[in-house]
Amino acid sequence: MPGSPRSRTALAGLAVALQRLGVILSVLWAAATIAFVAIKAIPGDPVAILTGGENIVDAAERAALVARYGLDQPLAVQYARYVAHALAGDFGQSYQYRLPVITVIAEAAGPTLQLAGAAMVLALGLGLASALVSAGRRGWLRGVLSGLELAVLSTPVYWFGLLLLVLFSFTLGWFPIIGGEGIPALVLPAVALSLPLAALLAQVLRDGLEEALAQPFALTIRMRGVGEAALRLRHALRHAALAASTLAGTLFAGVLGGSILTETVFGRSGIGQITIQAIRTRDMPLLLGLMMLSALASVLINLSLDTLYRRIDPRLRRTAP
Amino acid sequence: MTDMLAIIGRLRPDPGAPALWHRPGLLVPLVPVLLLAVATAAPGLFTGLAPDAIDTDAILAHPGPAHWFGTDQLGRDVFARVVHGTSLSLTIGLGATLVACAGGVLLGLAAALAPPVVRAILVRLIDVFLAFPEILLALLVIVALGRGPANTLLAVGLSSIAGYARLVRSQVLRVVRSGYVEHAVALGEPRRTIILRHVIPNATRPLVVVATIGLGHAVLTASALSFIGLGVVPPVAEWGALLADGRNYLDTAPWISVLPATVVAVSVIAITILGRGLQDLLAGSDGA
Amino acid sequence: MTGVGADPRGPALREEAGATPVLAVEGLRVAFPGRSGPDEVVRGVSFAIRPGEVLALVGESGSGKSVTARALVGLAGARARIQAEALRLTGHEDRALDLLGLSERRWRAVRGRQVGFVLQDALVSLDPLRRIGQEVAEPIRAHRLLPRDAVAGEVQALLARVGIPDPAIRAAQYPHELSGGLRQRALIASALAGRPRLLIADEPTTALDVTIQRQILAVFADLARAGHGLLLITHDLAVAAQVADTIAVMQHGVIVEAGPARAVLADPRHTYTRRLLAAVPGPGTRRGWLSRAGARPERARDPRPAEPILEIRDVAVRFSRPGGAVDALAGISLRVRRGETFGIVGESGSGKTTLGRVVLALQRADRGEVLFEGRPWSTLPERSRRPLRPRIQTIVQDPLGSFDPRDTVRRILEQPLRLQPGLAAGQRAARAAELMALVGLPREMLARQPRTLSGGQRQRVAIAQALAGQPDLLVCDEPVSALDVTTQAQILDLLADLQHRFGLTLLLISHDLGVIQHMSDRVAVMKDGRIVETGTVEDIFAAPADPYTRRLLAALPALPARAAPEVEAAAEPIVPGDAAHAPGLEIDA
Repeated sequence: MPGSPRSRTALAGLAVALQRLGVILSVLWAAATIAFVAIKAIPGDPVAILTGGENIVDAAERAALVARYGLDQPLAVQYARYVAHALAGDFGQSYQYRLPVITVIAEAAGPTLQLAGAAMVLALGLGLASALVSAGRRGWLRGVLSGLELAVLSTPVYWFGLLLLVLFSFTLGWFPIIGGEGIPALVLPAVALSLPLAALLAQVLRDGLEEALAQPFALTIRMRGVGEAALRLRHALRHAALAASTLAGTLFAGVLGGSILTETVFGRSGIGQITIQAIRTRDMPLLLGLMMLSALASVLINLSLDTLYRRIDPRLRRTAP
Repeated sequence: MTDMLAIIGRLRPDPGAPALWHRPGLLVPLVPVLLLAVATAAPGLFTGLAPDAIDTDAILAHPGPAHWFGTDQLGRDVFARVVHGTSLSLTIGLGATLVACAGGVLLGLAAALAPPVVRAILVRLIDVFLAFPEILLALLVIVALGRGPANTLLAVGLSSIAGYARLVRSQVLRVVRSGYVEHAVALGEPRRTIILRHVIPNATRPLVVVATIGLGHAVLTASALSFIGLGVVPPVAEWGALLADGRNYLDTAPWISVLPATVVAVSVIAITILGRGLQDLLAGSDGA
Repeated sequence: MTGVGADPRGPALREEAGATPVLAVEGLRVAFPGRSGPDEVVRGVSFAIRPGEVLALVGESGSGKSVTARALVGLAGARARIQAEALRLTGHEDRALDLLGLSERRWRAVRGRQVGFVLQDALVSLDPLRRIGQEVAEPIRAHRLLPRDAVAGEVQALLARVGIPDPAIRAAQYPHELSGGLRQRALIASALAGRPRLLIADEPTTALDVTIQRQILAVFADLARAGHGLLLITHDLAVAAQVADTIAVMQHGVIVEAGPARAVLADPRHTYTRRLLAAVPGPGTRRGWLSRAGARPERARDPRPAEPILEIRDVAVRFSRPGGAVDALAGISLRVRRGETFGIVGESGSGKTTLGRVVLALQRADRGEVLFEGRPWSTLPERSRRPLRPRIQTIVQDPLGSFDPRDTVRRILEQPLRLQPGLAAGQRAARAAELMALVGLPREMLARQPRTLSGGQRQRVAIAQALAGQPDLLVCDEPVSALDVTTQAQILDLLADLQHRFGLTLLLISHDLGVIQHMSDRVAVMKDGRIVETGTVEDIFAAPADPYTRRLLAALPALPARAAPEVEAAAEPIVPGDAAHAPGLEIDA
């Protein structure tokens, strides 16, 4: 904000930061609570539930568990302990992997981040290209692209995966079949995962572009002798980006859900695989850790986009926080 | 995901495109939807083969006149399994959508119209649930309840309540702040009348479109759960379970997975296009 | 059809008489593809603008004036078919440019460089995400007029030229951080940045308050004096009167009358121009109708002025805003007498709409109270007020927003009727039909959706709905601001007639001094949440005491005194209850 004293700006910044921290903590607290309620809602021996029932637990381990979760304590104490541990980032041991949950997740995160990153970059490129060439145009191109996106959005992610595998790996033999390392192994999964994201982005960006191009200011810009490409890239795209940034949560969910499916189809290791394993074996500490971290990621993404939003749109800055 | 449904449903009408409804093209998606209905009601009309009938002479048979979609590793007819799986898959999708809508409408209305304290709590609650990707919530329900068709339905339905609730709430707030509600107050209409006659009908109208497209996506999510082995479990004939079955034979018999997956894709695309046509119809009568 | 440029005696020519026009338009036709063949919206328009001349193209919505302007920069739309006998521009260094059949590339070289264009509301006509400086610099960059390092200085010079103080600071700000007047100036600066000889301004002051409007019009006058040719598109004859050298009146795609401004305004030849001029409310129209000839009946004065129907006592409303609290109303007191029209006039942000909402009990007052017929009103609990609500009804600027989007006209009219106890369905239907006749709408329209009606028709439906509850007081908030002047005339006449017939009291809120002067008995002038002056219309308009009122009145663009007051037709007696004699029965299209 031009003109305002620096100290006041700093103070306002601090207030914003504190408020955000509050949001993050409250979501994590709520996430821990939901997880706690979920465990308590499952009927049966609490130790068996915590360890998935199928995992062998000896007496010493059992005692450690009872002590850790305070299973012999009143419910309120158990809850307080659980939340305190969870907020400190201590989710305990994974029964299946016999490792701290954080370690298991950190190891799995690498391949998934690679996959998600590659898919997002591809999706952004495809979505932008599709929206930019077809926004506000009459004629077949817009219809074809928009229809294609609609079809992609309604198609299961695993269908693309299966088709790509059959076509490029089994039939043509261009890419490794299952698993594998490095870039070649990344191509097909990233493409499969990116298609629905690209379609969603393209639809929102096109809507945003078309809305911006229909505004009076777009007419003003055309009347200055600015070309169509410059109008789209220099002006309308910023407005479209505002519209697209509201999608962050949906995209994150799409990446996470999509990576579970994509990793299954392509037999890749990653967050998706350990999630499925955690559920199959009822590895509750791991599952709860995954939930907390995904809630944290989703909140952080939304908050950082909020900041981005203010950067793009000066009208929001004055009303901060 | 309701964000996505709203985007697909074009809750803001599309200025560039001519109304889909006025084009005969909209009849195209009606065909698959009708076929789905018939397959649900009377699968026998499509195939004389039973979904579980094992033909040991035709194991992993290629698609052909005898077996349109080929056969699987046990010699079961894939087409028969797809046709007989329709009713279960659609029931799960429809049931899940109903659960999500009913829960979403109730929660959304309460979160917009209840007394302030209740309202604030409900809004927070919705926000927290929205912080989790729906697939994780669905998986949590599966963990708590176990696998199987009924639990898959509940898992898909419950996990999307928060999204519907937020949509309903925002629509209610939009209507409550509208000029016509204020005008109704000035005319002297009682609060009850205003809520029943103006707020609820206008706020739930976009839900028709979102729920139609949501139906398609519920079918997708349910089949995805089964595909990763956490929804409906083989040998039950359900779309996602069929695909999971065939995954190990992709190199030798890709039809076991690819053809049923294509049926899922075509079905969902048809339902989606229908939903969007519905939106154009509503937008046309609304002028919004 | 008179080509303006064909009249060599125009006062516009001044010292530049005989100079080549900057723009010459001959036989311009613009058509859009319609359902049954091409739909011609501009049908053979000719005019010319010389350096230093301001030509005002005046018309109502749908007259084709904006399409004409846009056709001149090749932006009438992708589907527009443009034909003309000649479309010539005199460019820089007096080069003649033929605008017919230009490629998109060539058009781009014309836009911004040869022709500057100013649109209506700078808040939406400037890219809200970019700084003023970037916006103003855009034509310079697009046409590569200056080296990069010289642009900033040029931008500041341009801002200074249109009268923006502290140009260096303003250039770094965003459009929403500037006041409406500065913003509009910045928009003009960006139109000047390519140094075009011709400026086209499409309703450049319509969104502005009158005091700001006056300043902006002065900027245009300065630019004309500096030698720019100026095409001003406006619906407002008074605005045209203030700056135009030449006026061309457009109707249905044709210029029906054109000539020197003074001549057109003082001695209109065409019936449409006359109708347009007669429809403008103002000092000369107080005793007559606007949409037809004749005198209005005198209003019956309240025999007991001491007992006001509405009393506002020291009402204050404070809104909390991010930057601190704002006093929307800072202690307002006034009394409205039964049967009178009380006008509230003020510029945007003066608090007049908030006052209307407090009177309607849609906005709670933080202090003070409103009494209705001497009894508590604003302080009543909603439950006790509700049965009384039909007695105070409202008419708003945008009636479409006050109708449930699902409703037909019939349901809209029955909405208040349902609240009346003991009214059977048949009686409601009959009453709805009666109301339609009362506001001069055909009964068949009951089945229509309001969005399929014209603006004037919608406002009639809103009036009918307000009358359904047999109110005593009508709060009209900018009831005609969204309407064309001839439609506005019909609606104002309808309101005046209904008031006379039913003894209604009107609280008329408007930014338009002419409307207030035409309709009101007494008036309150508002500024910044306060009433600066109250009195009879005669007193306030003739001898304003407050400096703000004086400034407001001085800013009002006035039409020159009319040449011949229209007294041909004798005053028609109005027969109460006879809808056929209701003014404005002619349905606006």
